[in-house]
Amino acid sequence: MKKTILDKEKQLNDLENKINALDDSGRLTSLKQEIENFKKTEMSQLNAWDRVLLARHPKRPKAKDFIDYLSPDFIELHGDRNFRDDPSIIGGIGSIGGEVFTIIAQQKGQTTDENILRNFAMPHPEGYRKALRLMKQAEKFKRPILTLIDTPGAYPGIGAEERGQGQAIANNLFEMSNLSVPVISIIIGEGGSGGALAIGFANKMFMLENAVFSVLSPEGYASILWKDASKAKEAAEVMKITAQDLLDFDIIDGMIPEPVGGAHHKPELVFKNTKDLILQTLASLKRLNAFEIQYQRNHRVRNFGFLQRFNYDNLGGNYNESHKNIGHR
Amino acid sequence: MSKIGQYINKHKHLKDKLKQIHETQPFIKQNKMDVPKGMYEQCPKCEQTINKKDIIQNHFVCQHCGHHFRMRAIDRISDLVDPDSFIEKGIGYITLNPLYQEGYEEKIMAYKKATSLDEAYVYGYAKIHNQPCVIGVMDSYFLMGSMGSVVGEKVTKSFEYAIYKRLPLIIFTASGGARMQEGIFSLMQMSKTSSAAAKLAKMGLLYISVLTHPTTGGVTASFASLGDIILAEPSALIGFAGPRVIEQTIKQTLPEGFQTSEFLLEKGFVDRVVHRKNMKDVLSKLLVFHRRYQT
Repeated sequence: MKKTILDKEKQLNDLENKINALDDSGRLTSLKQEIENFKKTEMSQLNAWDRVLLARHPKRPKAKDFIDYLSPDFIELHGDRNFRDDPSIIGGIGSIGGEVFTIIAQQKGQTTDENILRNFAMPHPEGYRKALRLMKQAEKFKRPILTLIDTPGAYPGIGAEERGQGQAIANNLFEMSNLSVPVISIIIGEGGSGGALAIGFANKMFMLENAVFSVLSPEGYASILWKDASKAKEAAEVMKITAQDLLDFDIIDGMIPEPVGGAHHKPELVFKNTKDLILQTLASLKRLNAFEIQYQRNHRVRNFGFLQRFNYDNLGGNYNESHKNIGHR
Repeated sequence: MSKIGQYINKHKHLKDKLKQIHETQPFIKQNKMDVPKGMYEQCPKCEQTINKKDIIQNHFVCQHCGHHFRMRAIDRISDLVDPDSFIEKGIGYITLNPLYQEGYEEKIMAYKKATSLDEAYVYGYAKIHNQPCVIGVMDSYFLMGSMGSVVGEKVTKSFEYAIYKRLPLIIFTASGGARMQEGIFSLMQMSKTSSAAAKLAKMGLLYISVLTHPTTGGVTASFASLGDIILAEPSALIGFAGPRVIEQTIKQTLPEGFQTSEFLLEKGFVDRVVHRKNMKDVLSKLLVFHRRYQT
């Protein structure tokens, strides 16, 4: 069996431990050389499944780590004013490089206890309604919105269904399409299905290099289409879920590079790249007025799709390209 | 050139093959109610054997227990709209295979042959008790009515057609959710259709969404839940996550009647549960209430 990124990481750790245990200088330089070579050859060759594992890596920086760096003055706001506060979605106001943002993020836990509190970043409907409330607030005060996406998906449970998980996501998409302020989304880890999309209807969408964004988990894909959940590795390859694939498909607008071995090896570097990209994107979006912002966001999704239409003029139903005029009316 | 253009260029042979099969297949035959092959069918609920003609005459409802049979799009349209009033729009879309999934094209072709549909969604102009409207129907016999690029595009087009014609829109949903074979493109159809629904709402037009068995996943979480008025057929399965997924997650069996239309009515996510025999009257009344004076 081929080695996954986690095996390679272990190997790297062993090498580094060897160095720490050593004080022979000649051997030290050769080991250091070995590490560099290993990083260059093995660690930088990642397949899609490796990226899935990195996106789910327990040490990977979580949304809170990003917020702590991006916006040290962040103030968290709670509750959907309706049912309860969902801890799996963090929302609040903070400034990034002097620009005040409303920040909404899905938070995975650093520890098991926090993970249970955060429900493994699987939001309930009230989480999405809290996010929508804060987005509406941002629109009122003309603040740009930043969303950080990191979720395996919306929570499938009895309570979630009773409170209308589908309706909450649909309503978020509906209302987000009408927002008149810039929305920037960054997928920092897992972008799982509708649960990720519900806060990701953005003007510009970015992904970290080792993040994944998919319609369902590779495990789910393998078990539904191939009736075998253990084929997740093969599924990850065919599903085209990595940042590079999605960039090729024009689904996302950019990719934030990560250091060799994943974001958790040099988090500050990733945070800095992210901050630069956010400010750069905001500067370009600020040139647009409220109507253009709205139009750009809707026009971006209008083109999504992988299909072809033949010209069947004689068969009726021919009003090709009519949608292009409607937005301007 | 766009990535999709590049793909199509690279796979010209595929395009020709698709086109060939597409052209030899007839489009949906308008206003023709087919009598299914077998003359009798067993009701899955009360297990009585019923004559198929009786089922059709009774709006595809079991006359003994009121079980609502699953309906094909063509049956739904001919059952609901005024005779000879339906004009199909948005013809000629071809499903492509963005993930190079083995056997996907063949599967689509097999479904096309079996259902003589372009895709799992049909829409067009129609009249209900002489009230003009745009009607869209999903067909759960076509790959579980799953929403891929073409279904998403056609749903969006039906919203845009309604805006273009300033007509109310009625969509009957029946879908297992996003189409996994098309990966991320299926997911993005959720935001595309929701954005189209928002556009329709901004134009002040009526959108009625009718949820039929089964409506789950990405369709529930996008245009199905965005109707100004949301109706549902009795005892239809409606939810975001499928019951099996929920059972696996929480590791206990679900209560009786969970995720049915009546359950959603009680929880407040559906305006009305409407029996199929009353559907036409309810819809036409709603259309009359929202009639616009056209200049």
